[in-house]
Amino acid sequence: MPVINDDFWYDSKTLKKPIKSLEEKWKIVPSFLAVKGLVKQHIDSFNYFVNEDIKNIVRANNKVLSDADPNFCLEYLDVRVGTPNIDDSNLSTHPTTPNECRLRDMTYSAPIFVDIEYTRGTQRIMRKDLLLGKMPIMLRSSHCVLYGKSDYELSKLNECPLDPGGYFITRGQEKVILIQEQMSWNKMLVDDSSGQIQCQVASTTHQKKSRTSVISKHSKYYLKHNSMTEDIPVAIVFKAMNVVTDQEIIQLIGTDPETQKRFSPSLIELVEHKIFTQKRALEYMGSKLVTKRYATAAKKTPADEARDLLATTILAHVPVEQFNFQMKAIYLALMIRRVMVAEVDPNSLDDRDYYGNKRLELAGSLLSLMFEDLFKRLNNDLKTIADKNIPKVKAAQFDAVRHLRSTIITAGLESAISSGNWTIKRFKMERAGVTQVLSRLSYISAIGMMTRVNSQFEKTRKVSGPRSLQPSQWGMLCPSDTPEGEACGLVKNLALMTHITTETDETPVIRLAFNSGVEDIRLLGGDIINHKGVFVVFLNGNILGVVLGYQKLVQIFRLMRRKGRIAPFVSIHVSHLRKCIYIHTDGGRLCRPYIIVQRGQPLVKQDHIEEVKNGTRKFEDFLDDGLIEFLDVNEENDSYIAYQESDIDIERTTHLEIEPFTILGVCAGLVPYPHHNQSPRNTYQCAMGKQAMGVIGYNQKNRIDTLMYNIVYPQSPMVRSKTIELTNFDKLPAGQNATVAVMSYSGYDIEDALILNKGSIDRGYGRCLVYKNTKTTIKRYANRTSDRIMGPAKDAATDKVIFKHDVLEADGIVGSGEKVVNKMVMINKEMPSVTSSNPVEQKDVPQQATAYMPVPITYKGVEPSYVEKVMVSVNNDEDLLIKLLLRQTRRPEIGDKFSSRHGQKGVTGLIVNQDDMPFNDFGMSPDMIMNPHGFPSRMTVGKTLELLGSKAGVLQGKFHYGTAFGGSKCTDLQDELFEKDFNYLGKDIFYSGITGEPLEAYIYSGPVYYQKLKHMVQDKMHARARGPRAVLTRQPTQGRSREGGLRLGEMERDCLISYGASLLIMERLMLSSDAFNVDVCSHCGRLAYSSWCHNCRSSTNVAKISIPYACKLLFQELMSINVIPKLTLKSY
Amino acid sequence: MAKIGDKKPKVILEEFKIKENSEDYGFADEQFNREDFKRNFKLKVIKKSNLDIEFDLIGITPAIANAFRRIMLSEVPSMAIEKVYIYNNTSIIPDEVLAHRFGLIPLKADPRLFEYKLDEKDEEGNELDTLEFKLEIKCTWKNKDVKDSRNFDAMYKNHNIYSEHIKWVPRGKQGTLYNEANIGPCDDKILISKMRPGHEFNIKLLAVKGIGKDHAKFSPVSLATYRLLPEITLLKEIRGKDAQLLQKCFSPGVIEIDKSGIAYVKNARYDNCSRNVYRYPELSKNVEISRVRNHFIFNIESLGAYKPEEIFILAVKTLKNKCDVLLEELNFENK
Repeated sequence: MPVINDDFWYDSKTLKKPIKSLEEKWKIVPSFLAVKGLVKQHIDSFNYFVNEDIKNIVRANNKVLSDADPNFCLEYLDVRVGTPNIDDSNLSTHPTTPNECRLRDMTYSAPIFVDIEYTRGTQRIMRKDLLLGKMPIMLRSSHCVLYGKSDYELSKLNECPLDPGGYFITRGQEKVILIQEQMSWNKMLVDDSSGQIQCQVASTTHQKKSRTSVISKHSKYYLKHNSMTEDIPVAIVFKAMNVVTDQEIIQLIGTDPETQKRFSPSLIELVEHKIFTQKRALEYMGSKLVTKRYATAAKKTPADEARDLLATTILAHVPVEQFNFQMKAIYLALMIRRVMVAEVDPNSLDDRDYYGNKRLELAGSLLSLMFEDLFKRLNNDLKTIADKNIPKVKAAQFDAVRHLRSTIITAGLESAISSGNWTIKRFKMERAGVTQVLSRLSYISAIGMMTRVNSQFEKTRKVSGPRSLQPSQWGMLCPSDTPEGEACGLVKNLALMTHITTETDETPVIRLAFNSGVEDIRLLGGDIINHKGVFVVFLNGNILGVVLGYQKLVQIFRLMRRKGRIAPFVSIHVSHLRKCIYIHTDGGRLCRPYIIVQRGQPLVKQDHIEEVKNGTRKFEDFLDDGLIEFLDVNEENDSYIAYQESDIDIERTTHLEIEPFTILGVCAGLVPYPHHNQSPRNTYQCAMGKQAMGVIGYNQKNRIDTLMYNIVYPQSPMVRSKTIELTNFDKLPAGQNATVAVMSYSGYDIEDALILNKGSIDRGYGRCLVYKNTKTTIKRYANRTSDRIMGPAKDAATDKVIFKHDVLEADGIVGSGEKVVNKMVMINKEMPSVTSSNPVEQKDVPQQATAYMPVPITYKGVEPSYVEKVMVSVNNDEDLLIKLLLRQTRRPEIGDKFSSRHGQKGVTGLIVNQDDMPFNDFGMSPDMIMNPHGFPSRMTVGKTLELLGSKAGVLQGKFHYGTAFGGSKCTDLQDELFEKDFNYLGKDIFYSGITGEPLEAYIYSGPVYYQKLKHMVQDKMHARARGPRAVLTRQPTQGRSREGGLRLGEMERDCLISYGASLLIMERLMLSSDAFNVDVCSHCGRLAYSSWCHNCRSSTNVAKISIPYACKLLFQELMSINVIPKLTLKSY
Repeated sequence: MAKIGDKKPKVILEEFKIKENSEDYGFADEQFNREDFKRNFKLKVIKKSNLDIEFDLIGITPAIANAFRRIMLSEVPSMAIEKVYIYNNTSIIPDEVLAHRFGLIPLKADPRLFEYKLDEKDEEGNELDTLEFKLEIKCTWKNKDVKDSRNFDAMYKNHNIYSEHIKWVPRGKQGTLYNEANIGPCDDKILISKMRPGHEFNIKLLAVKGIGKDHAKFSPVSLATYRLLPEITLLKEIRGKDAQLLQKCFSPGVIEIDKSGIAYVKNARYDNCSRNVYRYPELSKNVEISRVRNHFIFNIESLGAYKPEEIFILAVKTLKNKCDVLLEELNFENK
């Protein structure tokens, strides 16, 4: 094989000249994103499910038989998903668009059609295009109407061309199925759980999920499985699997003296249990079975059940054909070996947090679980109906099609996505919070959500391992973007170039493996498997065989992958520690493209980059030509990857990094010069970028969101990064370039507060639009009544429309453009007081006019809003749906929150008139003053560089770059400033706007990109003197929305007690809260009523005191349970 | 005690801070002497055009100079659109944003001819204090079969709404008193909104007189500022390459090199004071950059309602009025 050996031809000396670095290598990144897009993983996964997996599922469950009639058989021939549509009222449908679904609160879903063949009586009938249910369609997937549309076509569908898609629309809400991180299944993991070494395998197949482990206890080995009441000695399991002789067992595990010594106690245990045959072993296991709750119809002996269990449930992923347990025995033996090795060598324990041991579950795989479950339920229902109905003799013969209920799948999928509760019955899986509402606060928050990875780990457990940054996350997950606090390190974000694999067929891989020297495991005995020179080959967690000379196998595989003969996402890596070769074709692995390096030379040459630049080369071409390949985490860690061209080691380097900034994700990519910042600052910015106001999409005016923040004059940042351009943040920005002077001004700038220039605000800086919606439906009720909308009411005396109804139009709905103030009615809706359909009731009052009660939709809010839009439509239940969009324009005020892109947030401390602001030689006063104390402890050097870059950029009329690990150099920026006759340090002379004298210090000033965050005082400020009280306790209500009081809490109370301010406590806790005058009988100590003690039947001793109402309530409640509290009164 | 006028009082621009001259005790100790002031005060107009002016005020204190600047910015009145009645707006710009944009359009109307509107409740105002404008415009299709979809001019009519589309509606005698050319927006091509067919404006605009303190739109200037006169002294003879480097460190025209290759200060007036010499420590040792503390170079750019010099004069008058008011109140106290 010349091709393989060709690596050894070179003479290392002649090739030792420095490798030329590739210019503009980053151009590969946009071409990657053009193909893959930011949310390609979601869409790929969904496409795979809708186009292939759904067919596999239906094929696997394609027959429905009946116990009642052996002739009855319903067979699914084919399944396919149509294009999204909506059912109209008159049994017809019309094709729909995502925006229609959003506006009308509907589900964006497409019909699933099946072709079936079934028996009706004696006939065999074929039916085509039968509706099985409706499948929610992921936006921009292959079945979405947006698929393959041009920007112009998208805009005609009211869709933003920059919107990434990858989410669903259910009941008008945009829902994302978050990427779920899980431990890798079908993989042996050896770990040490409090001194006990165990090897655990989580087996997963379409049918079963189970967890099997081999544990070592008192130097004996046991098999642990939750279908067994106690741990089974492994030797018994071997016997049960028909590996009967001790010799066979020990050969499978290993014949070297050490192994023999270690395993002998386990063998001796057999004698103790007196188990020598398979039959006895099965009986033993049968006696340890967990009793099932539902006894099956056909009773099996415990031994038979144990055998079934062994074949199907224990290590479910290892195939057993015709009860031939050979593969399973080998697998089990290997597990035992792993435990033995780990007992001796702690280094061979597996790292559970290692990212190669993780799999990511995407929308497609989660939906396929859900769909399979629902499909099985549908078939089961069909079967029970058939069992029930076939024996009955009826006029019409049993027709299965009539009982094919499409709502099971339609409602099941819809409710799963809209609630986020993933309940898979057959796996007893119950997960909540799988889906989330897509956050549309800003474009970045939406994209950030699509790349979010959710870990299944409990948030409350206090272990640092799963939360800490794993070195194997390099390039796959963003090191900066994680929330602070509870979910820190558990919620992660994908890096820019990460791809998640979908499942590929393993048959060609098996064939290739056998052709390249792998010996089939089924043909080998235990001795050979455990031979020293031999490497065990695993395919997706199953033992495929063994191989001598693993290098050749690996080389062939890599070559074939680069030549495109096997799928690009097949990965192969060697574990020298375990002497294993792992081949993976499964879905959910993280992977990332790298430039291939051969003989010290990167295969991608400058010409290729030029071709990318002039558009003749696409990313696929790199893959097809074998210049770039995808490596998953495991293979990445088995490769020698150079960070840059100069790092290439001729002897060892296998790959070259495409571009270092791609190790960051979308949110961290917004930060200019992140490599100059203290790392937590970048993390803070990642969280804050999602709260920044800006443009959320080109279609923002066509949406009616519950809450939308827009900035009036958004700007693209002066200092950009490559990521900003790749994610289109420059087209949908969230912020403005404010001229910042870093200086102290007044005392209102302490603790990160900012000083704003009133002139700038007058001219539109930081101005924002806040959109809110309100909606209502006009329902129809069972008793033939329905809600109604009434026109504006008139004052009887003046014949003028009452103030509350002033903005209503004749139809009872507010007109668009109207200004609404607090408590005004926007929709004058009324509801019938009786809505039940009790037939008795209806008979009693036949034709009486129904009484209505008003349920108006009113505006709440101190600040007025304007009505932007009124939408009247019909929703899914064919009820009238009215949506109103309200708008407010806000100018920045004291207390509004702003932040730069370096995790430096601050609230406005003071707004200063323009004439009071300091000004420089050009008469320019800054838009914002920032206190220099923000710098020393935060160490956000990136911000100072951003300022310098923006200033130079403004003077030159160009954008500077602050791309991570690159960007414009500080000295270059200084040169540019120098060139433009500005101080090269960025410091200008300023004059005090108040005294008019020049300031002693030079002021570092220039534009910095500032984001306005969604937290504004107007939404938060709250105070109360008197106001509403809770009905039950008569105490003031809680919370701003209920105009509640401010609580004097326990700690505050403690202060007052220790101070001895008893009257103040009395006032705060009772008089200002729920003081209540009660009559108390000082004789018997009970509460009296109207100056009359009902107990003493007298009024002589009744006194009036004032106690908290809650106290009186407590007394009464105590009395209701036969406890009588008595008050003792004394005069003082 | 060093007095203004004895010699030029200076502040020295050091590398990291502005230092006052050691013999100069500043204005704090100085008594105002009317005769001295009369003798030393100078006003020189350097440049003047229709919209901007540059002049020097020499021999005054920064407090006075700053007072002029501040008054020009925020207390010299001008007319601006204050009330916007939107009868129809089908464009994509929300009403409030549109109103804000109208407000920022500078108007040519001479504020001296109008009165402040005093009655807040009277929204409409009268002919003495209010100017009325209207904007009624609709975007329509011009030609639907244009090949190039970016050629908006060929496709649509009125797709760009400029300030020139705002029409003045004279009230009462206004039509006879004023000429339309002297009332409307200062610039014809201020873009208000972009439109597409079907979009329409029907808007009434009311402009009133106001001051910049209330809202920046009432400020009559786009720029009103001063700076101190720079002065550069070369302490040593600088020649050759160093001279060329020195020349680069200052604004063009500040440092020239004579035939023998020796650098000399030609005109320090237009130096930006970038202090870039400090980038070259060996060079900066031989240069002293300073600014004359009582020489104010004023720059005023008018938005169009006034001539730039009028703004300054109005500012002086305003300050005088303020002084009068203060004096009156002081006298009142004394009596």
